[in-house]
Amino acid sequence: MLIRNRQILSENDVTPEALYVNRRAFMVAGGALALGAAFPAFAAPAAAPSLGTLAHSRFSTTEKETPLTDVTHYNNFYEFGTDKEDPSRNAGTLRPRPWSLIVDGEVATPKTFDIDALMKAMPLEERIYRLRCVEAWSMVIPWAGFPLKALLDQVQPTSKARYLAFETLHDPKQMPGQRSAVLTWPYREGLRLDEAMNPLAILAVGLYGRPLENQNGAPIRLVVPWKYGFKSIKSITRIRLTERQPVTAWNLSAPQEYGFYANVNPTVDHPRWSQAKERRIGEFFRRETLMFNGYGEEVAGLYKGMDLRRYF
Amino acid sequence: MRRRDPWKAVLFVIGLVPAAWLVWLVLSGGLGANPIKEGIHFTGLWAIRFLCLALAVTPFMRLSGIKTIMRYRRMIGLYAFFYALLHVLTYAGVDQFFNLHDIWKDVAKRPFIMLGFATFLILLALAVTSTNKMVRRLGGRRWQALHRLVYGAGIMAAIHFTMSVKADVTEPLIYLSIILVLLALRMVPALQRKRRHDLSAA
Repeated sequence: MLIRNRQILSENDVTPEALYVNRRAFMVAGGALALGAAFPAFAAPAAAPSLGTLAHSRFSTTEKETPLTDVTHYNNFYEFGTDKEDPSRNAGTLRPRPWSLIVDGEVATPKTFDIDALMKAMPLEERIYRLRCVEAWSMVIPWAGFPLKALLDQVQPTSKARYLAFETLHDPKQMPGQRSAVLTWPYREGLRLDEAMNPLAILAVGLYGRPLENQNGAPIRLVVPWKYGFKSIKSITRIRLTERQPVTAWNLSAPQEYGFYANVNPTVDHPRWSQAKERRIGEFFRRETLMFNGYGEEVAGLYKGMDLRRYF
Repeated sequence: MRRRDPWKAVLFVIGLVPAAWLVWLVLSGGLGANPIKEGIHFTGLWAIRFLCLALAVTPFMRLSGIKTIMRYRRMIGLYAFFYALLHVLTYAGVDQFFNLHDIWKDVAKRPFIMLGFATFLILLALAVTSTNKMVRRLGGRRWQALHRLVYGAGIMAAIHFTMSVKADVTEPLIYLSIILVLLALRMVPALQRKRRHDLSAA
């Protein structure tokens, strides 16, 4: 039997690393030059300010990035409508500044972070990750962010802390989609503490070297690339550390379809469609979906001994 | 057949407008980041819209008394089949690239695809037997019995649409309600006739 294994031969092997790194360096330098050097006085409030030079990460993929317009115009963000283009049209009502992020619950030092102070305090790095949506499409997105662990280190989880409960803003004035009961608002998500401490789990504040657009979850969102996209909760206002597994929005709405873990798993189908393949946005043919979205080396250990059919 | 009906030509062109629009969207990139999925949705939506229109012809004729409208029912029904065919071809051909193994697995395993497939088979049977020759061959009564399957096809199509949606079922439920109302309306004149009949018998 012929097994085509895309894990072995990927874009990494096709695109010379040097060329790729050069291109990114050129883009970052160009952006910094245009905004910073040429107009230093106006650099900060520019329409699309650069986040400055971002540290590279060994976790980044070198696969071809999904074009920015697709990343910002093909979104699931039901707070702004259920069609893919709705968020880019309707998210203008969201005010991502000022914004505070509460981290409390089972922690030694609960804290409320101001988003701008947080972005200055944290070493931002670029993480180019694959994103696999539960609807069987995928993208490659250059996020800007910092490890979730770095935030947790500041609040010191207690020995009781076993889970993280995330919450999005609940304000139907800013998020008109919350006026209809498509999901139970606010949108809620959760992680196990060890998942949250994994180096792949980041809080993203930007993409393509610029601050997040509202439709992508401004000003701060979770990115857990080995799980289906809906786990990566957007526009976070609160992270509570808990003893018990928290409820999640999609698990409340359709528990038989969306489990707590939602790990990308080609062998466990969604009840209404196969998860074996996916369509990378911009590509014609479907490609095979990789276990844990290709991040098994980093995360498979988290689920050792667990029945992933039961804990889907 | 008497003289040619110019309205048929007009209707024929109107029915092609969504298809032309789809071609334009494909060529201009107007289908967005995931054009194949959007194309499946677009063709399915127009199939169900024409199905609603086809089911509306008889109640409209009865309520308005405009009998000539019946002349256009077949073409409207055939357009429902045409868009259903495009829908199936987009799914099987463009989305799955005629990978029969994957398609069969999908059809067998997913109730909503199975339901959609069954709906399509009904529409196919109705389209094949839509010619005058087939009406004659089958005989009016049998032909009519067969073509009453369209009621089931309408309900099945709407349920298929509802089941395919992840969370917000408002839109498919609107189509389901329209279809149920159109089917209920068919019973009104029948009931009235029956009552008149009962009264005259009494």
